[in-house]
Amino acid sequence: MGFMPTISRDEVAHLARLARLDLREDELDHYAEQLDIILASVARVAEVAAADVPATSHPIPLTNVMRADVARVWLTAEEALSGAPASDGRRFRVPRILDEE
Amino acid sequence: MTADAVIPFDDAIAAFDPVMGLEVHVELSTASKMFCSCPTEFGAEPNSQVCPVCLGLPGALPAVNAAAIEAAIRIGLALNCSVAEWCRFARKNYFYPDMPKNFQTSQYDEPICFDGYLDVDVPTADGIKKVRIEIERAHMEEDTGKALHVGGSTGRIHGADFSLVDYNRAGIPLIEIVTRPIEGAEQFAPEVARAYVAALREILRSLDVSDVRMEQGSLRCDVNLSLRRTPADPLGTRSETKNVNSLRSVERAVRYEIGRQAALLQAGGKVVQETRHWHEDTGVTTSGRSKEGAEDYRYFPEPDLLPIAPDPAWVEELRATLPENPAVRRARLATEWGLTDFEMDSLINAGALDLVIATVAAGGDQARARKWWTGELTRIANDRGVDVHDLGVTPEHVVRIETLISEGALNDKLARQVIEGVIAGEGDPDAVVASRGLAVVSDDGPLLAAIDEALAANPDVIEKIMGGKQQAAGVIVGAVMKATRGQADAARVRALLFDKLGVVEEA
Amino acid sequence: MQQHLTRLSAADIAAAISDGDVSATEVTRAHLDRIAEVDERVHAFLHIDDEGALATAAAVDAKRKAGEPLGPLAGVPLALKDVMTMRGIPTTCGSRILEGWRPPYDSTVVERLRAADVVILGKTNMDEFAMGSSTEHSAYGPSHNPWDLDRIPGGSGGGSAAAIAAFEAPLAIGTDTGGSIRQPAAVTGTVGVKPTYGGVSRFGLVALASSLDQAGPCARTVEDAALLHAAIAGHDPRDSTSLTDPVPAVVEAARRGDVRGLRVGLVKELSGEGYQAGVTQRFNEAVDILTELGAEVVEVSCPHFDYALAAYYLILPAEASSNLARFDGMRFGLRAGDTGELGVEEVMSLTREAGFGAEVKRRIMIGTYALSSGYYDAYYGQAQKVRTLIQRDFAAAFEQADVLISPTAPTTAFRIGEKVDDPIAMYLNDVATIPVNLAGNCAMSLPIGLAPEDGLPVGLQIMAPARADERLYNAGAALEAALRDRWGHLLIEEAPAL
Repeated sequence: MGFMPTISRDEVAHLARLARLDLREDELDHYAEQLDIILASVARVAEVAAADVPATSHPIPLTNVMRADVARVWLTAEEALSGAPASDGRRFRVPRILDEE
Repeated sequence: MTADAVIPFDDAIAAFDPVMGLEVHVELSTASKMFCSCPTEFGAEPNSQVCPVCLGLPGALPAVNAAAIEAAIRIGLALNCSVAEWCRFARKNYFYPDMPKNFQTSQYDEPICFDGYLDVDVPTADGIKKVRIEIERAHMEEDTGKALHVGGSTGRIHGADFSLVDYNRAGIPLIEIVTRPIEGAEQFAPEVARAYVAALREILRSLDVSDVRMEQGSLRCDVNLSLRRTPADPLGTRSETKNVNSLRSVERAVRYEIGRQAALLQAGGKVVQETRHWHEDTGVTTSGRSKEGAEDYRYFPEPDLLPIAPDPAWVEELRATLPENPAVRRARLATEWGLTDFEMDSLINAGALDLVIATVAAGGDQARARKWWTGELTRIANDRGVDVHDLGVTPEHVVRIETLISEGALNDKLARQVIEGVIAGEGDPDAVVASRGLAVVSDDGPLLAAIDEALAANPDVIEKIMGGKQQAAGVIVGAVMKATRGQADAARVRALLFDKLGVVEEA
Repeated sequence: MQQHLTRLSAADIAAAISDGDVSATEVTRAHLDRIAEVDERVHAFLHIDDEGALATAAAVDAKRKAGEPLGPLAGVPLALKDVMTMRGIPTTCGSRILEGWRPPYDSTVVERLRAADVVILGKTNMDEFAMGSSTEHSAYGPSHNPWDLDRIPGGSGGGSAAAIAAFEAPLAIGTDTGGSIRQPAAVTGTVGVKPTYGGVSRFGLVALASSLDQAGPCARTVEDAALLHAAIAGHDPRDSTSLTDPVPAVVEAARRGDVRGLRVGLVKELSGEGYQAGVTQRFNEAVDILTELGAEVVEVSCPHFDYALAAYYLILPAEASSNLARFDGMRFGLRAGDTGELGVEEVMSLTREAGFGAEVKRRIMIGTYALSSGYYDAYYGQAQKVRTLIQRDFAAAFEQADVLISPTAPTTAFRIGEKVDDPIAMYLNDVATIPVNLAGNCAMSLPIGLAPEDGLPVGLQIMAPARADERLYNAGAALEAALRDRWGHLLIEEAPAL
C-alpha cells in the first residue's frame, strides 16, 4: 500500500477505550486500516463551502415539544429487573466499580 | 490513604489568593421525572419508580417535562439571568453504571439561562460584607441512579466486590447552577461560599421548585478551588470537590482545600486537576479521579429532543409572578413590622415567614400571627414531626381565631382547643367552636352560681380577699374556669367575684 | 386453498375475513405453514410467535362472530423487523448483545398493530442494529433473496422484504435510516415506504441514528403499503419528534393513482456512473410510462447529493455511537467477562467486544472519532451543514417538481459474500436513498421490472416533500397499475417457486 494511515493504532486504541470496546490486537491493526479509508472518504464533506450555512440537527424543525408534569407508574421492580444479567433483591447487580467519580 | 499536608488557614491566605467556582445541582420537586412520567418520591422501594425511558432500555425515547422547563426559567430569572431565545439539549457521553444510557441528557453550549448574578450578604467577623456572585449559567439535566457498594475490606468504593444499583433517582430533573470564578473573597472565601449557597437555597425555597434538602441530596454543591500568589496572576490549577452536602461543609471544604493546596504549593509541589471527595466525618478531602487526560464527553445536540424556544411573553409572565427576592423581602418586612434581627431570624428559622405574611395579608396582626406560627403551631408541628405548612391550619384559620378572641368569644385556652379541632380535621374554627361547644360563657347567671359554689368550697378565701390579699381570688377564678371547662372569660369571673364581695379590685 | 391464501394481498385477505369467506385463524395457519415450509432456505425470521399469532387471529374471529366491526387490516398477518420492541417477545436487533432479551414493553408501532387487529407472526432478520445493506451483518446469519437464494435480500431490513417476497407474510414493518426499507424492496421486487420523519412513532424502535430513523410499511402492492402506513402512522406523545399533523390520506391516494399533470423530476445526480445498465434501462422505461400516463417529466439537479453519502456516514455513526452506549451488560442483555475479579469498565468493554459484530464496532469507532473534541467541527459539524444544503437542494427541486424519481439502488441484488468485507462498496448501495433520510422527507420504492442481464428485480424510488406522503402513493399506484397491465400480474408473481 502506498499510503501511511493518518489514524494511528494508538488513536484506534484510544477510541476503543472511549467506546468501551476491548479490541484484540489484530482488530486494532485491521480497524486502523479500515477507519483510515472510511475517514478519508467521508472527509469529502470538508470540500463543501458551508461557513455561513447553519447546521441541521433535527430534520423537521419543531420546537417546544413538552409533556405535562403528571406522574404515572409504569413498570414494577420485577419487570424492571426482568432483563438484568444479575440482580440482588430489588437492585441491579454490577461488577465492582474501580474508578468512582 | 495517606493524609494530605495542610497549613494553617491564616498562613495560606497570607501567601495565596483563592479563587472559587461553585456548581450547585438542584433536584426539582416536579411530580414526574425530567424525560419520563415516573414519580419522583424520595425513599421509595428500589427500582419501583423506573420505566423503559429512565432505565435506558433499547427503543425508549425521552419527552421533556414542561414543569421542569418552567422551573428552570424561574430559577434563571430569580438569579437575574438572561433566558435563551432558543436552546437545545445535548448528550454528554461517558460510561458509568449509574447512568442508564451511558450518556447524560444535559445542555452544553446552549444553556437555558445564562449571565446572571446573586447579591449575597456575607456575615464575617468584620460585619456584613456585600458580595455579588456572578452566575455563568443555569442549565437543565437529569440525575443519575444510586450505587451501593458492597463487600471489600474497607467498605469504601475502591475495595468493593460489587455494586447494587437503584435507578429511582435516574432521570430526576436537575438544574445545575454554575458561578463564574469568584475572585477577591480573600480570607472570607469560606464564608462567601457558604453565604452564596445559603442565599441560593433561600431563593430556591421561595420559588417552591425544590425541597432544597442538602442532607437528602436535593441540593448538592461542588466546590472548585484554586490558588494563585496574587490577584494579578493567572488562575491556578483547580481541584473539584464533589457532593459537599451541608452549608457547614461548604465552608469547611473551602477552608480545607485552601490549606491543602497552599501546603502543596509552599512545598514546591503542584496542584493536580482532579475530582476530590469531601469527608464530612473527618473534615478532609481525598483524591478521586484525575482529570488529566480528561474524559472526552463528545457532546452533540440531542436528536431525540427538540429545541426549546420559550415564548418571550411567557417568560415575562413568569418574571412578573416571581416571588419577591427573599433577602429584599426580609429587609422590607423587618422595617415594616419593626422587628429585631433576632425576631426575624427566629421567624425564618421556624420556616414560617410565608405563613405569617399570608396571615397578615388575610387581615391578621403581625405580632399575634408570629406568636401563633412560631409558638403554638411550630410546637405542635415539631411534636408531630411534620412541617408547619402541613398541619392543616391556614392563615385564614388563624385570622378567624384571632377575631373570635378579640370579640371575647374565645380565650387563649379555648383558642388552642379550636386549633386542635382544626388539625384533627373537624372543620374550620367556627365549625369546631360549634361542634365542641367552645364558646366563652357570657351569661353571668351560671358564672355567679359557680362562684358561689367555689366560695362555699373555699371559705377562707373571702377572709383573705377582704383582708387585702386580692391574689387569693385566683383560687376562685381557677375553680370557676374548671367548673365551666374553661369556657368562662377569666376577667369577667374576677370582676363578678369582686363585685359580689363589694371589694374594689386593685389595678 | 392454503397456498392460495399466502398469495393474496393484505387488502384481499382483510376483505375475505370480513366477508366470512375465510377465518383469520386459517389465514394465520396458512402463513405459519408457509414459513415452516420455506424459511429454512430464506431465513427471513429470527423468531416465530405461533402462539401469539394464533391467539390474535382467534380474537379477530371471535370479534367477527360477535358482529363487532373489523378494521381494514384485521386478521392480516405481518412480519415485524426485529428492531421493534414487543412485550415478552425476543428482540435482538440481529445482535448477540441482545440475545434472549425480552422487552417489558410494546413499541408504539406494535401497540397500533395490536389495535388494528393485525396478526404479528414473528420477528424478522436484519443487519445488526440496522447497519448494513444485505443482512450479512446479522449475528444470526444472512437472509436469502427469494429470487435467488445465493443473493442478498438487501438490508438492513432484508428479513422483512424476503418474508414478503417469499409469501411468508403479505405485510412487514421495516425501518429506514438510509434506505433499509427501500433498498430491500428494490432488490426483492416488493414495495417499501419510508414515511416523512416523525410520521410514524419511533418509540420502541431500537435507535440506530435518531435523526434519520423512520419506520414504515413493506408490502407487495402500493395499496397494501398504504393500508399499513395508515395503521401505524400518527402522533405519539412518547416520541418528541413525532409529527402532530393528521396522517396524510395515503389510502385514498393509493386508490386514486393518477399522474396526469403531475410534475416528475429526474434527479440528475442519481443516475449514470455506478448504476447497472439494466437498472438504468428499466428506470428509463418507467419514465416513459409515466410520460405516457400524462406526467410532466423534468430534469432537476441536486448538486449536494454528491456529498450525501459522506455526510451520512458521519452523522449516522456519531448518533449510533451514542445510542449504542447503553448496551453495556449492566441492565439487560449479554454480560461477558464478569468473573467477579474484573471491574465494571473491563466487564463493559468485554461485553461490548463480545456482543457487537465487526460492522457495529467499526461504526461506533467512526462515530466516536467524529464527535471527539478537535474533530467535531470538521466532521460532525460540517456534515450537519451539508445536511442543510441537501434540504435546500430538495426544496429547490420541489419548486420544479411534485415528486422526484431515481433508481432505488444502483444495482440489483449482489451475491452473499461479495461485498461483506468492503465497507465502502457496501455503503454505495445507499447512495440514492440516503438524501431523503438526511432531509427528513418521504420516499417509496416499487418494482419496475427485471434487469435483462441478471433477471433480478429493479426498484424505482419516488421522493416527495415532508408531510406529502400521499404523493408517493398516488404516483406509485399509477405506475404499478400501468406495469401490471403490461405484465398481466405483479412482478413478484414471476419469482421462482421456492
